[in-house]
Amino acid sequence: MNWMGRKWLILTILVIAVIIPQVVTNKYYMNILIMSGIWSIVALSLNLILGYTGQVNLAHGAFFGIGAYASALLMLKLNMSFWFALPLAAAIAGFFGFLIGLPALRTRGSYFAIGTLCFNIIVTLIVDRWEGVTEGARGLMGIPGPGPIPLPWGSEITFKTMAAQYYLVLCFLILTIFVLRRIIQSLVGRTFRAIRGNEELAEAVGIHAMRTKILSFTVSCFFAGVGGVLYASYIGFLSPEITDYHVSFDALIYVMIGGVGTIVGPIIGTLLIVTIPETLHIAAEFRLLLYGLILIVMIIYLPRGIVGWVKDLKGKRRQEVAWEKS
Amino acid sequence: MVLFFQQLVNGIMLGAAYSLVALGLTLIYGILHIPNFAHGHKYMWAAFTSLFLVVNFHTNYWVSLFIAMIVLGLVGAGVERLVYRPLRNAPHVNSFIAAIGLLLFLESLSLIVWGADFRRFPSLYDKPIHIFGVAITLQRLLVIVAAALFIILLQLFIKRTWLGATIEAVAQNPEGAQLVGISIDRVSSLTFGIGTALAAAAATLIAPVFLVYPTMGSMPNLKAFVVIIIGGMGSIPGAVIGGFMLGLIEALGGGYISTDYKDLFAFGALVTFLTLRPMGLFGKEVR
Amino acid sequence: MGEILTVQGLTRHFGGLAAVTDLSFDVRAGEILSLIGPNGAGKTTVFNLITGTLLPTRGKVFFQDHEITGLRPHQTTSFGIARTFQTTSLFYDETVMDNLIVSYHCRTRMGLWDALFHTGRSRADERQSRQKAEEILELIGLQDRAWELARNIPQESQKRLALGLALVTEPKLLLLDEPTGGLTEEENISMMALIQRVRTRGITILLIEHKMKIVMNISDRIVVLNYGEKIADGSPQEVGNNSAVIEAYLGAGYAET
Repeated sequence: MNWMGRKWLILTILVIAVIIPQVVTNKYYMNILIMSGIWSIVALSLNLILGYTGQVNLAHGAFFGIGAYASALLMLKLNMSFWFALPLAAAIAGFFGFLIGLPALRTRGSYFAIGTLCFNIIVTLIVDRWEGVTEGARGLMGIPGPGPIPLPWGSEITFKTMAAQYYLVLCFLILTIFVLRRIIQSLVGRTFRAIRGNEELAEAVGIHAMRTKILSFTVSCFFAGVGGVLYASYIGFLSPEITDYHVSFDALIYVMIGGVGTIVGPIIGTLLIVTIPETLHIAAEFRLLLYGLILIVMIIYLPRGIVGWVKDLKGKRRQEVAWEKS
Repeated sequence: MVLFFQQLVNGIMLGAAYSLVALGLTLIYGILHIPNFAHGHKYMWAAFTSLFLVVNFHTNYWVSLFIAMIVLGLVGAGVERLVYRPLRNAPHVNSFIAAIGLLLFLESLSLIVWGADFRRFPSLYDKPIHIFGVAITLQRLLVIVAAALFIILLQLFIKRTWLGATIEAVAQNPEGAQLVGISIDRVSSLTFGIGTALAAAAATLIAPVFLVYPTMGSMPNLKAFVVIIIGGMGSIPGAVIGGFMLGLIEALGGGYISTDYKDLFAFGALVTFLTLRPMGLFGKEVR
Repeated sequence: MGEILTVQGLTRHFGGLAAVTDLSFDVRAGEILSLIGPNGAGKTTVFNLITGTLLPTRGKVFFQDHEITGLRPHQTTSFGIARTFQTTSLFYDETVMDNLIVSYHCRTRMGLWDALFHTGRSRADERQSRQKAEEILELIGLQDRAWELARNIPQESQKRLALGLALVTEPKLLLLDEPTGGLTEEENISMMALIQRVRTRGITILLIEHKMKIVMNISDRIVVLNYGEKIADGSPQEVGNNSAVIEAYLGAGYAET
């Protein structure tokens, strides 16, 4: 598809996305869409470290949870407004990403995967047991949603309705896509791909592997935190389960099935997996059974996911759109 | 003092079980370089299999252990054939992701088939006996003895039999082994089968001590990985020593410091090793 | 002084095995120096020790009078030492052009902020990367294959591309590990012509090569290794007549093409 064609496609999708709350009034479906939006942000952020930098990070749930709990505590205990809590909590998640990345990224491959998984478990354990701060298994309740934004002409935007919350998540999703895409298409993104492709060669051509990986990991965790904050405000309640490594596995599934290493892939993967089983009312155990099976089949036969497969069918490799523009 | 001995015995028992599970894992990793992340879930299935036999068919405990080993050994070989072999030439991470898929599949299948309840494994050996003033059940002692037996048998198998030598040959030099006519495919399936059978043995031995439930495999799975990372991936002595070390750390740490945080010790140890000595005690140097 | 690289008492042990023992030699600016020796003599290990892929057990490495012993590969590359690998190493899932562009990274200055806000610096860096990539693309003669995937191009082109990646980093010293490995007679000649073109740009070259005809033709000087030790160094004539060298090769050397 050429450049102009793609612009029209994106515009159409945007228009549809904006119109949806006016057309869909069923709360159940709106909920699914909002959750898809939040999980898409998480999947997109995982894709940065996994798809583009090639490191299998299984701690994503922990950073999602850290963002969620950080924002909830900032809002509940320090009475901070959502609009300040969000960037701060995401920064906290990113900061933890940086701290964990320093030792973790000195390992590679399976060691890194297991190390991050263990870190995830440690976080869940701490959140669960540190009752003084996190209320442990009882959970945090009554997390406020975003406060109203005053408009120049006197009235204000409130976030009480589902439609408003949908637009909020949509805005952040678009922002995330925009930022990540910028990074991926820049020279910085190229260094990520170099690490993924051949870390030894990357070092040989002068790329500081450790610094590059930590950058990718930190940004990835920052946006996982953003997802966490949106989740906390939307649901209003948090329990240690949301930091659990099953969240990391979920994010992995969304990314792998949709298309690892593509921008659109994680979004499609999330949409498919969050919406289809819900609409078909498949029971929870069967879902996991299917995901497991699909994951196995996909990694063997379609390792680049659905989007990757479509691209391969088209038979051409994506060229850098940025170059045409500059 | 009594507490110490109690925890010491527990630690040795846990260590024996961990060692056995880790042995299977390290065997698979050492030969095939596959991080079999679904190992713990086959372990779980072994426990359910023997439980099923004992409860529904009243089979002898040792017979059901043997059957569980065979069944899971076959499952392991089948998994190698269907899942890991196609990925042999793909990047390593793909095998890891396939293992995650397998893990999810095995765990949910177990939930569907057996339900989420925690079950007790009836045992003939749960009368406590008293040694040095400490009360331990015979079952716990059996775990230690049986595990030791299996470890010795495995060593003998690797070092003294022709089949074992074949496996070692493939581990050290796959191309060379192929040149002398060894079928990598057969060795892979066999190794996977043996590794899984060892885990199955561990599961059936340990099941009567704790409870049997579908998610019982995830912790041992992770801890087995902790063990082989500490011991050095691919090293048999590493798996054994690492396993006992972990068992003791957990039992003594859990008994003296805190049961709440006892799992943390394993993961703390892992993070420490990964940071300071990623190749483990007996693994090979990287730079 | 004119020495761009000095290796002093370089030693590397692997457990009980001494791969390189007490090796000392210099490379003079602008020359082509060949490192030869029978298989297993430790030549690639020497490269790894210079670039920082391996740490020496003992000994020092000096580049342009600065000590670089123990620096990591990305550091030695930014100082101006580039290398190729014995087994061709490329970013196989990227296009030829993308391979070259990313190799310019150590000469750019942009960071995350520049990327996010599309600053002047990021635009300049992207432009320069592309220019450099195009320049080297032309030098190595792969213009027709610019947008093909590295895994799909023929072996000789892959070897050229590997050389190109090293050149994009703007090195002053280039370490080439068997650049003619697996090439035909014709391909050897064009690869050697390419290496000569590289030399005329003022880049010093340290070459590991097995094919004696090539070594004798192209080298200004030769260092001979055997079992990790230097057994001779000097001009091609001197080395060719050295009895220790002939013995080390046991007749396989000079006759080889």
